[in-house]
Amino acid sequence: MIRELHQKLINREITATELAEQYFAVIEKKDGDLNAYLTLTKELALEQAKKVDEKIARGEAIELLEGIPGGIKDLILLEGVRSTGGSKILDNYIAPYDATVVEKLREVGAVFLGKTNCDEFAMGSSGENSAYGQTKNPHDLTRVPGGTSSGSAAAMGAGMAAWTLGTDTGGSSRQPAAFCGVVGLKPTYGRISRYGVMAAASSLEQIGIITGSVEDAAIVLSAVSGRDRFDATTGDSFDKKFEDYLTGDVSGMKIGIIKEHLSGLREDVKKVMETVLEKYKKLGAEIVEIELPHNKYALPAYYIINFSEISSNLARYDGVKYGMRSDDKKETDLTDADFVEEKNLLETYLDTRQYNLGAEVKRRIMLGTYALSAGYYDAYYLRAQKVRTLIKQEFEKVLQEVDMVLTPTTPTPAFKIGENTNDPLQMYLEDIFTVTANILGVPAISVPAGTVPVDGKDLPIGFQLMGKWFDEENLLRAADAYERMLIDKK
Amino acid sequence: MISRDEVKHIAALARVGLDEKEIEKFSKDLSSILDWISELETVDVTGVEPTAHITGIVNRMREDKAHEFENKAGIVKLFPEEKNGYDKVKSVM
Repeated sequence: MIRELHQKLINREITATELAEQYFAVIEKKDGDLNAYLTLTKELALEQAKKVDEKIARGEAIELLEGIPGGIKDLILLEGVRSTGGSKILDNYIAPYDATVVEKLREVGAVFLGKTNCDEFAMGSSGENSAYGQTKNPHDLTRVPGGTSSGSAAAMGAGMAAWTLGTDTGGSSRQPAAFCGVVGLKPTYGRISRYGVMAAASSLEQIGIITGSVEDAAIVLSAVSGRDRFDATTGDSFDKKFEDYLTGDVSGMKIGIIKEHLSGLREDVKKVMETVLEKYKKLGAEIVEIELPHNKYALPAYYIINFSEISSNLARYDGVKYGMRSDDKKETDLTDADFVEEKNLLETYLDTRQYNLGAEVKRRIMLGTYALSAGYYDAYYLRAQKVRTLIKQEFEKVLQEVDMVLTPTTPTPAFKIGENTNDPLQMYLEDIFTVTANILGVPAISVPAGTVPVDGKDLPIGFQLMGKWFDEENLLRAADAYERMLIDKK
Repeated sequence: MISRDEVKHIAALARVGLDEKEIEKFSKDLSSILDWISELETVDVTGVEPTAHITGIVNRMREDKAHEFENKAGIVKLFPEEKNGYDKVKSVM
């Protein structure tokens, strides 16, 4: 889609300004129902678009992403614009600087439509934990869009952006992409700088890219990846254009599958997955059964690491430096100052966090604090990090036999709003197929696999490919080859 | 089982205020989640090194030099309570 829009811009069939206006018109029409955007940045978008139009008018060459409008998850800072991260505690937070990804997108002339809704501080699988209302699934308004990059995926699914950025700590870009019928990419840990992104679980998370096609994901990845002095985990940058590797050729490629993953699936989802495997075989890839016996521990290990790192990272939201502060004077109805005792520092901390953080965030802070507290560190966090080593060793061995591993992205299509809210554990189990890539730090992508009929609606599901560290080229090539096959058939 | 007292203790450590209903709910939630996580106890991790950084990048060095931040006013504006350009905080003692 990005390439087509780019062609239209350089052929002067449409101006960048008109293109941005078109997207805002769709947003205006649809977002009242969907609630995918928290903030629209129309003034900024039109200003950015105008610059691109002037450049085209002068006959200058433009980059692929130049003038192409997209949305940015509210967890990622865009200077001068409100950034809440889906939390009440940052209700009044105006980003004082750009995240590195935003800066890079500015440099290539991309246009910013607005900030997208998300689960509070990237915790959840359904969009139900946003403090700013539920984002709905564009395929069925009674269902969740997935999470935590709920707004980014819903916006893509509804044609309210040409690309979006999310984040992915345990599947937060891939799972909503699968539920909304679009592509979700989590690159290798360290591929993209996280500077200017609100931290949740630092050893797991990456920026995610949600787009309408694999090629679009490659184009955005080329623009935002690279080493950054502000994020010490970033790998070396190079001038590769990932979109140049999409040859459509996967002949001889070995794709691993885990038997138990497929056999345990419900029938309709299993059938779709089998069709995907058939298509890969037709393309000349070889399907190889592999075993990852320790992978069943990935989910509990993931959650221990997630809770622990969250409890540490979220200590910063204390009402001292920025964000909301629960102060007695503002809260109380008492007007006579004599009756109002000034809260001390500790009481201010407690109240600020009690009244401005949501239930799931508090739950994870509590769990992480418990797991890291004296006497429990070895049994929980350290043990989880050791299990992580075992899973990594196993995966390294598997990668000697296969080029990548294919799984479903989720065990089911989008579930109903409210279906899992009373049972946090049930919600965690949603991430069963996606967390492994975060535990491992490998790149993974969710690609639309087809739909299954549920209650008279066709709900999208996705398949996932997990590749080798810093080998997005081959991962994207395999994912793109599948998409091309579908397009060629049409 | 995580008791109500333990919940209160953890909440105090985490600096999170909780009301009675939350204490009750978290006592239940934390217990079931920790139960589930205890599955990890069955894994033999003898002699296994923990993984702290998954891609193995070590010691990214850069010059120890301060950079000027352009938008100081933007930071000051975010202070919950500002006085003379400083962030006013509660007394610690």
